[in-house]
Amino acid sequence: MRIYYFAWVRDHIGYSQEDIHCPETVKTISQLAAFLSQQSAGHAKAFDDLNAVRAAINQEFVNSDKSVKDTDEIAFFPPVTGG
Amino acid sequence: MIKINIQPEDFDVTSEIKSLRGRAIGAIATFSGIVRENSDSKSLISLTLEHYPGMSEKALDKIARQAMHEWPIEAVRIIHRIGRLTPEDNIVFVGCASAHRHAAFDGCRFIMDFLKTDAPFWKAEETKQGTVWVSQRETDTSAKQGWLSGKK
Repeated sequence: MRIYYFAWVRDHIGYSQEDIHCPETVKTISQLAAFLSQQSAGHAKAFDDLNAVRAAINQEFVNSDKSVKDTDEIAFFPPVTGG
Repeated sequence: MIKINIQPEDFDVTSEIKSLRGRAIGAIATFSGIVRENSDSKSLISLTLEHYPGMSEKALDKIARQAMHEWPIEAVRIIHRIGRLTPEDNIVFVGCASAHRHAAFDGCRFIMDFLKTDAPFWKAEETKQGTVWVSQRETDTSAKQGWLSGKK
């Protein structure tokens, strides 16, 4: 699946997108975040406080219990601050 | 009619208002968001606006549709700038055109309140102390909650 990162989530990870092949045990956004946090020190820092991170699946905001598929476009980012 | 642009370029408020005029339009309400110099007593050098291309356009379109569903609004214009901006620069423009003023005022405020919480944009503030990502304000989420609970 393709994953995008924005704002300080991206700053911690060091790049703005990556293609990941997840193990079968990863079924939800929160499981995906837990899996990603093990990828590097930067990932671990980005996903350190899951309450501070928001997610989208296929460009729609979702809660952390939402299920993910390999074909989904996923994004992780901080709460929005536009306008 | 809904027209949305996300762009680094500046915009001209007068010509945007003109674009919302029409024979059935009796009221146009607008909001202009502008970069201010002071935030938390620190002097701002610049703001950098980032967005999620694709999702940001969809999110703004959805908010505009919700407003047009809620009130008799004929036209909505939204412009959100991205990139590096400095004090006194325009950031955002929302214009609502309707036959009467109440729909125009309410629609404009509704769109701004939801834009603050439901559109994927992020601001980084540059001051002499360095650059930091702005945190979401409690007042922004409560403004949206007010609409959802019927307190208009």
